[in-house]
Amino acid sequence: MNTPTRFFDEMFGSADGPRSPYSQYFDWFEGEDPKELRKKSQEAEAFFRRIGITFNVYGQQEADERLIPFDIVPRIISAREWQQLEKGIEQRVRAINAFLHDIYHRQEIVRAGRLPKEIIARNDAFLPKMIGVTPPGGVYTHIVGTDLVRTGENEFYVLEDNARTPSGVSYMLENRETMLQMFPELFTKLKVRPVSSYPQNLRRSLADCAPPAFDGDKPVVAVLTPGIHNSAYFEHAFLADQMGAELVEAHDLRIVDGRVAMRTTRGYTPIDVIYRRIDDDYLDPLNFNPDSLLGVPGILDVYKAGGITIANAPGTGIADDKALYSYMPDIVEFYTGEKAILQNVPTWRCSDPDSLKYVLDNLSDLVVKEVHGSGGYGMLVGPAASKRELARFEKKLRARPNAYIAQPTLALSTVPIMTKKGLAPRHVDLRPFVLVSPKQVRITPGGLTRVALKEGSLVVNSSQGGGTKDTWVLGD
Amino acid sequence: MLGKTAGGLFWMFRYLERCENTARLIEAGWRIALTRTSDGDNEWESIIKTAGIRDIYAQKHDDFDAAHVVNFLLRDGDNPSSVLSSIGAARSNARLVRTALSSEVWESVNEYWMAMKSALARPVSARNLPKVLQEIRYRTAIVRGTLSGTMLRNDIYNFCRLGTFLERADNTARILDVKYYVLLPSASFVGSSMDNAQWENILRSVSAERAFGWLHGGEITASGVVDFLILDQRLPRSLAFCNAKIRGNLEHLENDYGIHQKSQDLAKKICMKFDGRKTSDIFEDGLHEFLETAIRDNAMLASQIEQDFRFYG
Repeated sequence: MNTPTRFFDEMFGSADGPRSPYSQYFDWFEGEDPKELRKKSQEAEAFFRRIGITFNVYGQQEADERLIPFDIVPRIISAREWQQLEKGIEQRVRAINAFLHDIYHRQEIVRAGRLPKEIIARNDAFLPKMIGVTPPGGVYTHIVGTDLVRTGENEFYVLEDNARTPSGVSYMLENRETMLQMFPELFTKLKVRPVSSYPQNLRRSLADCAPPAFDGDKPVVAVLTPGIHNSAYFEHAFLADQMGAELVEAHDLRIVDGRVAMRTTRGYTPIDVIYRRIDDDYLDPLNFNPDSLLGVPGILDVYKAGGITIANAPGTGIADDKALYSYMPDIVEFYTGEKAILQNVPTWRCSDPDSLKYVLDNLSDLVVKEVHGSGGYGMLVGPAASKRELARFEKKLRARPNAYIAQPTLALSTVPIMTKKGLAPRHVDLRPFVLVSPKQVRITPGGLTRVALKEGSLVVNSSQGGGTKDTWVLGD
Repeated sequence: MLGKTAGGLFWMFRYLERCENTARLIEAGWRIALTRTSDGDNEWESIIKTAGIRDIYAQKHDDFDAAHVVNFLLRDGDNPSSVLSSIGAARSNARLVRTALSSEVWESVNEYWMAMKSALARPVSARNLPKVLQEIRYRTAIVRGTLSGTMLRNDIYNFCRLGTFLERADNTARILDVKYYVLLPSASFVGSSMDNAQWENILRSVSAERAFGWLHGGEITASGVVDFLILDQRLPRSLAFCNAKIRGNLEHLENDYGIHQKSQDLAKKICMKFDGRKTSDIFEDGLHEFLETAIRDNAMLASQIEQDFRFYG
């Protein structure tokens, strides 16, 4: 595949003027004074600082709280486009939950020869301790963030299924709050579907999965955070606050009479559902990484005995593992009996000698990802890489081919951002947020749009110069 | 509520109170430096002593030059009680307990911290000092106002208040103790203008000079000052006032939780030491001893509260 040269722009992608979802917005925009709009951008930044919507950068001091830059031009999705995405996401998330249940029980998919056995057995994300365990309510992934990219009018791809502890939902909510404060008139003109019910729905979804040991009238929900130095601490506090849940750290918890209990001013109180924002590995020093200070010793045993619900369930990482990603269309088909509605990005598994050869021959056109990497670290963007970087990656690939997959450089769509010189196109992706309860799958209309602020850049991660935009799904 | 949250609220408000107290001390010291021609260094030394940071100060400076002291009190990172350190600690605790605070309280603390980071990014010149000190008072007032205007009167509120009054009582006791010798009856006979200035300064460092004027018609006496700052129930910085508040906050928690705690007994016992007490008794038993005991009682009560409400694991 050649390096793409033309990109689909979501605002101006049609031959005659702005595309229809943007037409009303564009009319409004044309009537505004650009100077005033730029002032609004600064206002937005001051607003974010005051509220403290910041993230900490790994390896930096606490004082280095950064803002994720916010762009005031919304990304707009039509009702029809959204309907299709919603269907595709729901299908995929249901399949993931069925897959997780299967893979920790009978492994029918392996028996049927649709998934190689080694890919599970040799995978760190697969937790043997979860074999035979069914989570309360049968839900594995209570919260999913499905990363989507767009390359054309009707072309959407799933880039990643974040099935562990996806973050960013607080930005989705605060971005909307900011836009409502800055441009109230726009919301009277356009029918934008609200996102504000997310925290309540999250609470409901979690409460619907109360464990067998729960016997009150309202399950006690707590958010488990690694603490104030974690990069996403703001989000943890925000969600706990919005749900009316307690925000706990490991040292607030202890196992009392077979329940996980938190230390309150009145003594220890049992928790029913814990929304953990720490990785599997750190969850339980008795069962996993013994050096972890972030986890609760023995929580997994309480979990298995039905004393607590852990959201997401331990071991869900196997579903969004990059080594498995290329099998997702098969997985969707195997469990739903339908073709996948959302497309997968074509993927070369470097463990396969023929694929490896192809990848090495075409390195400068491809994106190479580490199977266990995240956040855009340990990744090679071929077209943007220097000769030295390419050579370095070639060595890495030859040394550990199993650790890498490769994908074509996608022609990510663009949406304009506000710059000093007016509107300018920048590449975007989209992370819709999905909530799963035993009764239903809820998808918040929109999600978090991440935007690469550097001209031409395809990396949208906030740790590498990405910003965010409010995402509008229009009503019918 | 989590024990950790209660502890976070308690410390958040201790640190906020400390910011304000430090600013007041600087203000009082500055005034003396401006109105007197000699012996200014002495005053700065006693301020460092009052703040309880003489040892760490001595590690950095071997004089009590006004610029050094002011800088150390306002913005030195090695001084855990400096305004900048205190507001940083207050804000860090506020982040920890964010879910327990109204958005107004959180934002007022966050803005306070942002304002101080920028105002204290560089040493403050003499010319700008009044403005910075005024900003500290103003910001503290806003936090106090949002707390009072937007928070439920529940356990959360009571832990905030406990931190405030424990810190404040400690501060008032220290100010008096460092200056106890000028307040001794024998000193009052001397009645020189220097002593008057000292007393005035004590009043000023708890922002009580005008209130004292209204009540005592402008005549400053040692026993008047002691009575006012220790026993007067009307003065929000007196030991009697602060301890009565602490007792009230603990009673509220007792009613709320339905649990009687040791700290409640202790607070009651401390309050008895002020009820019906006369200044002459205090002087008779020894002012210094009285204040030392008050400081010790205060520390004991703080650590009992910490245990009773499970601030730490």
